[in-house]
This record gives sequence, structure tokens and C-alpha cells, in this order.
Amino acid sequence: MATSLKESKLADIVSRAQALFDDLSFTAARKWKEAAPGRKVVGYLPIYVPRELIHAAGMLPLGVVGGGDQLEVIHGDAFYQSYICRIPRSTIELGVSGRLDFVDGMLFPSICDVIRNLSGMWKMMFPEVYVRYFDVPQNYKDEIGGNYYIQELRELLEALGEMRGRPVTDDELRASIAVYNENRTLVRELYALRAERPWQVPAAEAYLMMRAGLVLPVEEHSALLRDYIAAAKSEERPRRDNCRVVLTGVFCEQPPLNLIKSLELAGCYVVDDDLLLVTRWLVGDVTTEGDPLENLARAFLHQSSSTAAKYEPDLAEKGQHLVRAVQRTKAEGVIFACPSFCDPALLDRPMLQRVLKAANIPYIAFKYAENSGQMQPIREQAGTFADSIKLWSGA
Amino acid sequence: MTVIVTPRGAPAKQVAKDDSMLKQKQMMAAHYERLTSAPETGEKVVSTFVPGNLNELVKCFDLVNNLPEVNAIQSGLRKQSGAYVLEAEKIGHSEDVCTYVKSDIGMMAKGNIGPNGKKLPNPNALLLSYTGCFTFMKWFELLREQYQCETIMLHTPYMGDGKITKNMIEYMVKQLKEEVIPKLERISGVKFDIDRLREYLKKSAKAEDDLVAVLQSAKNKPSPIDAYFGGIYYIGPIFGAFRGTDDAIDYYRFLRAEVEERVAAGKGPITPDGDMGKEKYRLVVEGPPNYTNFRQFWKMFYDEGAVVVASSYTKVGGVYDLGFRHDPDKPLETLAEYCLGVYTNRNLPMRIDMLANYIEEYQADGLLINSIKSCNSFSAGQLLIMREVEKRTGKPAAFIESDLVDPRYFSAANIKNRLESYFQMIEQKRSGAALERGAA
Ligand code: SF4
Ligand code: SF4
Repeated sequence: MATSLKESKLADIVSRAQALFDDLSFTAARKWKEAAPGRKVVGYLPIYVPRELIHAAGMLPLGVVGGGDQLEVIHGDAFYQSYICRIPRSTIELGVSGRLDFVDGMLFPSICDVIRNLSGMWKMMFPEVYVRYFDVPQNYKDEIGGNYYIQELRELLEALGEMRGRPVTDDELRASIAVYNENRTLVRELYALRAERPWQVPAAEAYLMMRAGLVLPVEEHSALLRDYIAAAKSEERPRRDNCRVVLTGVFCEQPPLNLIKSLELAGCYVVDDDLLLVTRWLVGDVTTEGDPLENLARAFLHQSSSTAAKYEPDLAEKGQHLVRAVQRTKAEGVIFACPSFCDPALLDRPMLQRVLKAANIPYIAFKYAENSGQMQPIREQAGTFADSIKLWSGA
Repeated sequence: MTVIVTPRGAPAKQVAKDDSMLKQKQMMAAHYERLTSAPETGEKVVSTFVPGNLNELVKCFDLVNNLPEVNAIQSGLRKQSGAYVLEAEKIGHSEDVCTYVKSDIGMMAKGNIGPNGKKLPNPNALLLSYTGCFTFMKWFELLREQYQCETIMLHTPYMGDGKITKNMIEYMVKQLKEEVIPKLERISGVKFDIDRLREYLKKSAKAEDDLVAVLQSAKNKPSPIDAYFGGIYYIGPIFGAFRGTDDAIDYYRFLRAEVEERVAAGKGPITPDGDMGKEKYRLVVEGPPNYTNFRQFWKMFYDEGAVVVASSYTKVGGVYDLGFRHDPDKPLETLAEYCLGVYTNRNLPMRIDMLANYIEEYQADGLLINSIKSCNSFSAGQLLIMREVEKRTGKPAAFIESDLVDPRYFSAANIKNRLESYFQMIEQKRSGAALERGAA
């Protein structure tokens, strides 16, 4: 009896996250906005924006990561040539079809030329929306890149203050940093739990939990994570004879949920990934003492995730984040899944693969699109990979 | 993207006549000679990129610059890039990514033989001063792996809001002062002298004046130049290794005089087949050209009497016609402004404004976009650019697709068809306008 209650709790949490994931009209965010007058929503694309600033302005940060495999792209294709990835066209589709008509601002992070150019397109196509290309430094010294970044943060904060009609105070910002610290702690906890007992936290569920964080207010998301972690811990799930892999390359255009599921069905437990990096871009807590913008800048410069969109100043460090992820999570291999036509992911891949090779870590690679339907080849490839890993480790 | 071809394969019949052409040929040959003999002469080599290059600064340290993009173009023109791209794919690079990078990497894998048939030296440093494209960063990370040499980064923020802010300039100047210059001093063993930099900047500005006069000569009817196919030759020295040199000053002085002569004589552009016939269509072109079939591509235009009067590609190594000049009075700030203002570092609304204005100012019949398969920096957003420019100017626009240096994506028949229907569209528009005028 007790077990079935727990089960239903877990199932409820997952189905709530699944419903949020499936909802291409962002009903939850719309409802949040309607719940009180003057509320505003600010959207952001991958990979990272400091959501603390939006939150401190009393607004809802809304992650927009494309349309997935359920959105019918009717208008978006007219804006992009066939040799450009999917995410900008489905994002345009979300905009043109009115699904983002409640969004007051959109931030386009510095990730690649496609999203960079999309920022200008958004300015032209949705002139009533506050649009900002959110630039970040590629120089990681406090007095150089740091100062630049603080000023960029200040400009964004001022714009947000103007949008709500009242400047954002340092105390508001500190409070938001604390709220996000809590969220980051829970996210880390979830990832640690999955790395430890991946059969308890299927990759698709972990992903749905993270996706929920893109559309829910952070406080609600933290509560959801807390509930999920507790439920996932308490429910015994069957352990399969899967190998353990790190999934990488999936930092921008999203793989279909089916792809993530397929990997596990094919025999690979995903124990770490670079999905939805915004949720754990900052790898530690941000201090709430002192100047909040300086603190956010310092965290960005010195304790943020490594990814293809970031310059790695030190050759010896290139790709080591992946080796460390493998070691930390006791993974046995790495799966490179990259969106088709994604320059950052695909240009980075050979460098990372060389690093893995030197570290004796096996890997496989394939490409996908957010609307890929056919999972059979990927499943076969992942299955063969899992088998070969088991064979090696058995040897 | 980017630029620079040696006059090899350039307007053949004119080579004997034009001082500028001879001058450029000799400059480029000397440069490649200097580069490939660096191991013997002991000169130090720095690899860098065209958009956002710091040539005047590099010269302050007596370094020779090597431009991988230019090498890729050379490989394209010499029909070697196809094999290089395949080689890069063979060693693990995706078919989806920028072919400039793959051409360079493939060339390296096959011995790194430069256009003069001699081996290009390994660089002493990679100067990652780039703008307008994220791929550059990955490109040099890839080269760094290969050469295991120091990489010096100068990060140029993007003009996302269509303006250059104080914060951007301060950030860049600080990087120059505290990162780029000290590292270049160390690598070269030469102490930085800001007055030397000022001298070079003065020279740059002089050549830039003449370049702008050349580009703007296309406002004449007929246009004395082709500002895309021909323009690629004209920007060679200033976008490449020669900004800030006396050679560049001489080159642009000759070129300007020659162009002014053509204007006075009422002549159109020179093409590889000699003087172009009657000017029938005036176009503005957005996007890089195709280099693997460069002449064939150009011929499709001049055979039909189409001349390009303005292009965005000739602004990837610097936008000078809107007023920017390197300014010796603020040497570091001017380098920052230069990098920030490069064409692909301008946001989409700025690019649209620029193209629409070109159509008006150069009295063009419309916009043609050559969309490059592997270049997201240029290509992402071009369909919107096309529609907007069309809407604003009321002039027809057309869209063709090819690649810079991957011959697999050049379909001559397709492009020719598209161009033919485009020219017909222009004709129809004209006869429509004539009818309206008649009726009025
Ligand atoms: S999928 Fe890759 S290329 Fe496409 S927008 Fe994202 S980072 Fe850019
Ligand atoms: S993506 Fe375009 S701009 Fe960037 S390096 Fe390649 S060709 Fe040049």
C-alpha cells in the first residue's frame, strides 16, 4: 500500500513535468503572469543568462529551447535555409504563431552566430518586445572580462528596472541569488543522485525535471525538485545491466525526449550531460555578501561550466571538464550527440574526442535534430556501444 | 568568410596595363615569399584572421602575418580546397561545419603548402583577434592543438543593439593593453612603441580614403568597377597583410587613378574577358562569393551585362565607406572601433539598413543574396534580410546558394537559372514602371 502511494507520488510529479514539457503554449507561465497585474515574463534562449536579475525585478524568466518534435513548423522554415539547425526556425514558429505573445522581453545569449543573428530578427519581427543580445566575456580576468561583464549586467538590470518602472535594488538581487543558490543545490543533488543510482533516476525523468525549471517560478521548481528527489530515493526501481555514459553536445537544440529514452533502453545509463546548462551553469553557490553583480560576475568567470561556446584559454584544460565528468560520475564512456549543422558542437567534437582518446575513454558520436523521428539507428549504435563497454570492462 | 585573392586568375587582359594589378601581384608574391622563408630568415610568424585583424599592431612587433582564410581562398581558386575539405572530413570533421576551417585543416594535413608552392611555416603565435563569427574561436582552438603554440585572444563584443558602447571600447582597450600587447612583446622580443603604431595607422587611413573612393566610383553610370567580383581584388591588400604599409598606399593610389580614368572615359568594369559590354543591370550583393568556380560564377553576371555596384562581402575586413578611418590620435581605441564595426559584427537591422541604403545610393535594380552553405555568420537570417530589403526598396531580390570553398555545393545550372529569372524579373519591373510612367 505504502509503495503504491509513493509510486503515485512519483508518477504525479513526473506527469506534471511531462505536461509542462508538452505544453507548447506555456500555459503555466501565462497563468503566472495573469495572476497579478503588472507581472512580466522575460524569455531566454540557451545557454546561459543570469536569471537572478530577472527574478530580482519580480519577473518570470522563461526558458525557450525550440519547439521539439511536436511543434508543426509552418512559418519558421521560410526564415531558414535547409543547412541551418532547427532551433531558430521552431523558435520563430513559436513567436509567429503567437505562442510567445505574452512574453515582454527576450534575451539571446552569446552562444553562436545563429542565435546571435536571431536576436536581430526578433528585434525586427517583434518590435514591441524588449530584445537583448546578452554578451558575455571571453576573457576571464576579473579586471578585464569581469569589469566588462559587470557593466553588461548593470545595463540589463537597468533595462529590467525600467520595464517594471522601479530600479532593482541590491537587496532584491541578493535575495534572488539566494533563491537560485537553493535551486542550484537541488539540481546538484538530483544530478548526484542520478550519478550514484541511475536506475532510480531515469535520464528522461531527470530531463523533465530540469525542463520544468525553464517554465516554472524558481521557488516552485525547487519544491518540485525536492519532492522528486525524495520520491525517487524512496522508490526501488529495477536495476538494469546498463553501462554508464556521459551525454554531451546537447547544450542548445534539444534532442527529442525519445532520443534520451532510447539511450537508456539501448543499455546506457546517462550519468551526466550538458542539457539545459542554464540550470547549472554556475557550478557552485554565489555568495550573497557584498556587491551582487560582482559576485555574479566572479561566479561566471571562475566557476562556470565548460562548453563549446566558451573559449578555453589553456590548451591543457581543453576537454578536461569531460574527463572530470567521467571520473566524477564513474562513467564508462561518452556519447556525443550533436545537432545537425551546429558549428560549436561539431567543431568542438574532434578536440574533445582526442582528449578522451588520450584518457582512454571510449566514445561514440551521432547527430540529431529536435524533430528527429527515427530512433532505430541511434538505438542500435548506443546498444553496440553498451555491449562493447561491457565486453571491455569484463575483459 | 573573407577575402583576398592574388591577382592570379584576375582580369587577364588588363594585367599588362594596370599598375595596380602589377603592384598587387608583386606585393602578394613578396608576402608569401617572406612568409615561407621565415624559417631561414628567422622572422616570427603570427597567424590571424581578416575580420578584426590588428595588422598595424602586428607590424609594431616585426611579425609576419599569415591568414588562414586567405590560404583557404587560394586553395579554392586553385581547385585544391575540395580535396582539403575531404581530407578534414576523413580525419573526423563533420560535413556540416564551416568549409574554410576544413580547407585549412585539410591543407595542414597534406603538408601545408602555400600558394607559392612552398611550405608555410608553423606560427609562433595564434592571434585570435576575430569579430563577427564564433567559428574563428573554434578554428584557432583547433590550430592551437596542432601547433601547440601560444594563442592570444582579443574578444570583440557584438553590436547587438546596433551601437558601440563605452564599455565595449574599454573592454577591448584593456585586453589590448594587458593581454595582447604584453604577449606580442614577449613572443617577438620587440618593445611596443605607440608612436610606431600611430605612424602605421596614419598610413592605413590614407589607403582607406582611396579604397572608399574606388568603391564609391560604382555610383557612376556605367559603373567603372564590379564591386563584388572585382571588389574582391580591390580589398585584397587592405584586408590582408598590408594595412598600414606604403605598399598599400601606392596600390590604392594607382587603383583610384585607374578607376577615375575609366569613369572619365565612360567605361564599365574590366572582367576576365576584357571590358564588360553594356551595363544592363546594377546589383547589390550580400554574402561571400564562391571561390571554387569563381570565374564561371562571375561570367554568369557579365555575360548578361550585370554589374555589382555594392556588396557587403567587401566590408568583412572593415567598413570604411560609412566613415570609419583608423585614427592615429587614439591608437588603441581605433583598433577596437575597427573590430567592432566590421560588417558581420553589425546586428541584422544594421545589415538591412546598409543593404537598403546601397540600393538607393548606387541606384541598383535590386538585391542578390549568395547564401553560403557553411557560413552561419552570414547566412542565418538572410531570408529575412531579403524580404525586408525588398519591402523597403520596392526592388526585386533573389536568393542563390553555394559555398565558399566546397565545390560540392556549386551547382552552375541552378545558379544560372535563378540568375536568368532574376534578370527577367528586373526587366518586368522596369517595363511595369515604364508603363506606369506612360500612363501618368
Ligand atoms: S544548435 Fe548549435 S548552431 Fe544551432 S543555434 Fe544552437 S548552438 Fe547555434
Ligand atoms: S563561418 Fe563564415 S565567417 Fe565564420 S569562419 Fe566560416 S566562412 Fe568565415
